[in-house]
Amino acid sequence: MKIKLQYIICFLAGMTLLASCKYDNYSPPSSKLTGAILYKGDSINVSYNNVAFQLWQTGFGKLTPINVTVDQNGSYSALLFNGDYKLVFPAGQGPFISLIDPKTNSDTMLVHVQGNTNMGIQVLPYYMIMNPQFSVSDSTVNATCKLEKIITDSLAQDIQSVSLYLSKTLFDDSRTSVSTTNINGSDIADMNNIALSATIPAMTPTQHYIFARIGVKINNVEDMIFSPVVKLEY
Amino acid sequence: MKKLGFLIITLLVLGAGCKKAEDTFLDKKPTNVLLTDQVWSDPSLVLSVVADLYDRIPQYQELEQYWNFADFDDAFPSNYGDYWRVQNQTYGYNDWSLWNYDYIRDINLFILDCKNATQLDSADRKRFLGEGEFLRATAYFDLVKRMGGVPLILDTMVYNFSSGDNTAYLQHPRAPEAKVYDFVMNECDSAAALLPNDPTIKSRATWGAAMALKCRAALYAGSIAKYGATTPSVMLPGNIVGIPADQADHYYQIALNTAQQIINSNEYSLYMKYPDNLSKNFYELFLDKNNNPEVIFVKDYKLKARTTQFTVQNQPHSLTEEGAVSGFLNPSLNLVQSFEKLDNTFAPLAAKDASGNYIEYNNTSDIFKDRDARLAGSIILPGSQFRGDNVDIWAGYMQPNGNVISGSTFGAQGTLPGQSTPTQVVGFDGPVSSQIEHGTQTGFYIRKYLDPTVGAGGIGTGSDVWWIRYRYAEILLNGAEAAFELGQNAAAASYMNQVRARAGLTIPLKPSDITFDRIVHERRVEFAFEGQRFWDMKRWRLAHVVWNGTKTTLSTQPGNIYEPSTRMWGLWPYEIYDPGNPDNGKWIFKEVIPGPITQAHQFRLGNYYSQIDPNTIAANPKLVQNPNQ
Repeated sequence: MKIKLQYIICFLAGMTLLASCKYDNYSPPSSKLTGAILYKGDSINVSYNNVAFQLWQTGFGKLTPINVTVDQNGSYSALLFNGDYKLVFPAGQGPFISLIDPKTNSDTMLVHVQGNTNMGIQVLPYYMIMNPQFSVSDSTVNATCKLEKIITDSLAQDIQSVSLYLSKTLFDDSRTSVSTTNINGSDIADMNNIALSATIPAMTPTQHYIFARIGVKINNVEDMIFSPVVKLEY
Repeated sequence: MKKLGFLIITLLVLGAGCKKAEDTFLDKKPTNVLLTDQVWSDPSLVLSVVADLYDRIPQYQELEQYWNFADFDDAFPSNYGDYWRVQNQTYGYNDWSLWNYDYIRDINLFILDCKNATQLDSADRKRFLGEGEFLRATAYFDLVKRMGGVPLILDTMVYNFSSGDNTAYLQHPRAPEAKVYDFVMNECDSAAALLPNDPTIKSRATWGAAMALKCRAALYAGSIAKYGATTPSVMLPGNIVGIPADQADHYYQIALNTAQQIINSNEYSLYMKYPDNLSKNFYELFLDKNNNPEVIFVKDYKLKARTTQFTVQNQPHSLTEEGAVSGFLNPSLNLVQSFEKLDNTFAPLAAKDASGNYIEYNNTSDIFKDRDARLAGSIILPGSQFRGDNVDIWAGYMQPNGNVISGSTFGAQGTLPGQSTPTQVVGFDGPVSSQIEHGTQTGFYIRKYLDPTVGAGGIGTGSDVWWIRYRYAEILLNGAEAAFELGQNAAAASYMNQVRARAGLTIPLKPSDITFDRIVHERRVEFAFEGQRFWDMKRWRLAHVVWNGTKTTLSTQPGNIYEPSTRMWGLWPYEIYDPGNPDNGKWIFKEVIPGPITQAHQFRLGNYYSQIDPNTIAANPKLVQNPNQ
């Protein structure tokens, strides 16, 4: 009987000790930083999982970046603590170059997060795909667009190729396409009038819609720039 | 009371024990570890230290890491736990990342201790110092080929307690990539002068090993300088990553000179013990530990001491000595079709004729006829043998109308149309369409390094086949590549033809036949599963072109080095079932993609130089991250 009481006391003491433990001693990040990468108000479409920027927050000891990956349509979101961050695109990320921020006089941007914050990130793309049009006829997708060269100074780059990608799902680029048509940059006669067409292959299971978009590969730039994904029914 | 008295007495006795040896009390010699000066008094103790350093040479794609061979397009991993290798699209930026400065510090300590050692005789000391320098060159070469320029730490950095939190004196910036390569080459020269020039020594560093490392490093530096120009974004300011293009010829010249030094020394030669059977000869080259003239430097294994599971894991399914374990690495058709035909031309394996009909063969092995002897020497093909036994690789019966009769397990039984009793309808080695692991899913097994010794395929015994780090054929091909890049095609052809003649390609290439594509191909087939191709593809800046992430079909031009090859293909043999017709019992071949492969490999520009861990950069802000990540 005596022993049993000892056990009970130990158990109660243990419970009391454990009860004082909390999972964490501060609340998780809850402020959402959202937005898109933009050029003159148009969002820049990229390939999924390939373009990322870094957020740096100083003042908490060890300095490591928070990597934020940009979505296919150019949007991004990150769950953060309130505070001041520095935002930078590492060199070679994205089919664009960062603008010089007047406050920092460099490509680093200052971000103040207080509650849910929406911020568009202005960048300078090498090219923009203007007025993309898609149509389907007899299991062929026809697309037209116009390319506008944005960077024309010493940093300008030529077009390596323009491609039309057809995909079964919303994720649409060279990795997922089921049908692709390419035009080499050197074969483009008129940048204002680009036409591509691709055949819709037989798909299993059969589906009567397909996703399409146009991508532009720029010389010496890894990431491609795309037009928005469109769903075509036939 | 009694207890208290006892306690007091005990304390007094203990205290008295301390008193006498007060000044030496904390200077007792430990009995469980050897101190530096004790180690450096006996060459056999030093040998055990240097053995540990040899063992810690960074590995990737070796006998003990065979699974990494399935990371690219050379082989498919037939193991449920490894299907992710063919289901992930991109390679992580931190794949192949390495920051092993603990290892480098141990080598630096070893070199320092060696220089200070007084009790060893000078010949031993000279050799150990040479080994230390060779190991340091190897360590930095491994770092630079993965990470680009790294801090060159050549002394044993010591933390100064009086400096407190100020650690800036321990932080070193990254050296330019070319400077690290220069260091590796100089260190090799210095080591080569100290090391014995004895081609019978294989598992410890020799003059030959140091020169072979120098040759490889110079070739890498030259090609990074030349082909790095095609990817201008894979550079960092100050050439921390990237070597200026005008340095290319300088490094190629060093590579050529070093290769010629080894060749002209006549210490090594191509393995040619079985001139009557060149495939067997090529296979035995990797197994023969007895006076092997080609091998320069190895990682050796020994039965009952340390063996590898390479043979256990990769032996054909029907011939396994270990029950359920077998058939991990399945070489791909992409690799198989890269082996040339004996007339020096490239061609895919002829499964279909020009009008799209299957070509019929009398035997499963006929389709591989008249190819490079290295094909059968490196890969177990359908219709061949291992350990003296036939392998049983066939996918099923096919009727003239295209219907397939097959089974879902190895060697499954099935009833053929028009018969009443079941017979075997699929090979005991696969391939079976139900994606069962541990048997081939491409129609091939690996032969290179697979140990035919009885018992080597058992987990408890394992195989003691060594892993060759440098061999003479590489010196010849390094020389050929360097000579070609320097415009000396005649020399390039003469080096390459030696290697090719050994593989049965007896029509010599003319100097005008030597192209960059030829060199890329020669290295792919000669060094298949030797851990060379990945680093080659990186230094040639071909990795992002060939592994570009698109789901392409199998290339029809195996001679074109720029063709994307992102998924592994297989070649499945089917026996024709058409009783009463002359083609009954003949074989046709189907090109298939193994079921578990769902994604295409994508090597991004940010993969050329692996990521430095952000925590490492946080600890040393002088470091710059690698580009495009």
